[in-house]
Amino acid sequence: MRPQLIFALIFAGLIGLSFVTGKIDPYYYTVIIFIGINITMATSLNLINGFTGQFSLGHAGFMGVGAYVSAIVSTYLTTHGLGTEVMGGVPVMAIALLVGGLAAALTGLAVGIPSLRLKGDYLAIVTLGFNEIIRVIIQNVDFKIDGISYVGGARGFAVPQLSSFLWVFGIALVAIYFVENLINSTYGRGFLAVRDDEVAAEAMGVHTTRFKVRAFVIGSFFAGIGGGLFAHFIQYITPDNFTFLKSIEIVVMVILGGMGSTYGVILAAILLTIMPEALREFSEYRMIIYSLMLIVLMIARPQGLFGSQTFTRFFAKRKAAANKV
Amino acid sequence: MGEILQQLVNGISLGAIYALIALGYTMIYGVLRFINFAHGDIFMIGAFAGYFVANAISHILPIGSIGSVIVVFVASMTICALLGALIEYLAYRPLRTRPKLTVLITAIGVSLFLEYLSQLLFGATPRGFPEIIPNHALIKSKAITIDVVGAVVIITSFTLMLVLRLIVKKTKIGTAMRAVSFNQQAASLMGINISKVITFTFMTGSALAAAGGVLYAAQYPSIDPLMGILPGLKAFVAAVLGGIGNITGAALGGMIIGIVESFIGGTFLSTYRDAIVFAILIGILIFKPSGILGKNEVEKV
Repeated sequence: MRPQLIFALIFAGLIGLSFVTGKIDPYYYTVIIFIGINITMATSLNLINGFTGQFSLGHAGFMGVGAYVSAIVSTYLTTHGLGTEVMGGVPVMAIALLVGGLAAALTGLAVGIPSLRLKGDYLAIVTLGFNEIIRVIIQNVDFKIDGISYVGGARGFAVPQLSSFLWVFGIALVAIYFVENLINSTYGRGFLAVRDDEVAAEAMGVHTTRFKVRAFVIGSFFAGIGGGLFAHFIQYITPDNFTFLKSIEIVVMVILGGMGSTYGVILAAILLTIMPEALREFSEYRMIIYSLMLIVLMIARPQGLFGSQTFTRFFAKRKAAANKV
Repeated sequence: MGEILQQLVNGISLGAIYALIALGYTMIYGVLRFINFAHGDIFMIGAFAGYFVANAISHILPIGSIGSVIVVFVASMTICALLGALIEYLAYRPLRTRPKLTVLITAIGVSLFLEYLSQLLFGATPRGFPEIIPNHALIKSKAITIDVVGAVVIITSFTLMLVLRLIVKKTKIGTAMRAVSFNQQAASLMGINISKVITFTFMTGSALAAAGGVLYAAQYPSIDPLMGILPGLKAFVAAVLGGIGNITGAALGGMIIGIVESFIGGTFLSTYRDAIVFAILIGILIFKPSGILGKNEVEKV
């Protein structure tokens, strides 16, 4: 089956499912929404960390930019006549998410360009540094338009509720589809070349700097949208939602799933969102389990649970196996 | 004028602590070429070890006495030296020939593990650190106040840095360390036991971080399991600023970061203090990645 068809079918399924989400217990609904957001975050980080091999520890920073900018846009629009009463809030959410994503992409560009001279450990620390810089800046911003408080510094920012099941999973699907198609295109092989051997890629005429910046910009764009979905779902955001610990959480998803494996990363995102909920009574052990998992994984299976399998290769293998039988 | 002098003194005592932590980063980078993310957490464990030791021995050696201070330092540095060696043995040694990224991820894992294990064992709420070094003013004039703590911090740090310098320059193991950092393979061919040198480096670096932790806790007497993150990152910035792999550079970088932070703290930019330290890091890495005293390294194919 062609991947496009699979994605179309999944999308149709999502629309069908969205009619019944109202009946789900709110607690489970929250977990499901977080799974969707985490899939978007992990898939987009996988483009930077997994496919392009640029270890970023600042994904939550871009998520924060997207969350705050989209929240500013939606708050402004809903108080200026384009609220939920206009077509069920679809236009305001679309505009907010787009602007939030673009703002995050711009930030990604600003972070990416100077960071490109660095590799490995240094890049990790610098992106972490940018994450903290973004957080500190948000903490110090606070302004009012027409008597309504925006951003709110360390206090937090109340955001209208506009997220829904369809928004969250629709965008997760778009992110997966986009990243998968990008990587499997002729053009996208450049990302893999940069990861596998930068010097060789350069020698083969791949403009490595450009590919790294693009990975950062695209990854940040989706992270920003993920942030927007998050903000409009939980309806109250503070700068502490976007510390580098959040970045590490997303990094763990990518590593556990296998850097460069979209479907592994999706499974890891689902697993790592459900696990802490299922182990709620052991919540103080959550981070200990996370960290031990990282250490053991690196010693025993550094390629992650699923290595570098991709969606299409996974289906291709299944097909090949089926043909054999 | 008085205020500037005061900020300078505060900055030097803060910078001395950053320098102690930065030395560990730089030494480990020197022999293993990787950033030990968990170093800031060893600093935190050092402070906690000091807390428990000081309280445990308080009925024999009352808190504030000279004996108590010495025991606290020695015990905390020993505990962390052993911890450092243990971490190296369990987590990093199996990865010695693996790609750098693998080691980096493990280091993040170790860092989180130490933070959250301590949170489980010691609780997340901050604890007051006992006043092991009396907190009254040593010199008090119109222009400047120097606490006993501040003076002890500066003197202890400089003594430890001097001792480290002597170890690295004059002893056999120090020479081996320099040899390993210069060329690991050649050093190994010359009969140097690489594993022994790496273990020794981890132990020395961790002991210095522990001393830094106790000094930090004595000066800012509130300790919690996450206290190591920011000082650890700032010390890393200091190590990079001075030129990573360079011991004098780490000391210099620590001083600069401490003084800069102290001066920013006194201005309207104080809420941006942490962000500015990171901005310094980004600035150095862009304009002079080898740091002030570092050597340029060319990547070979």
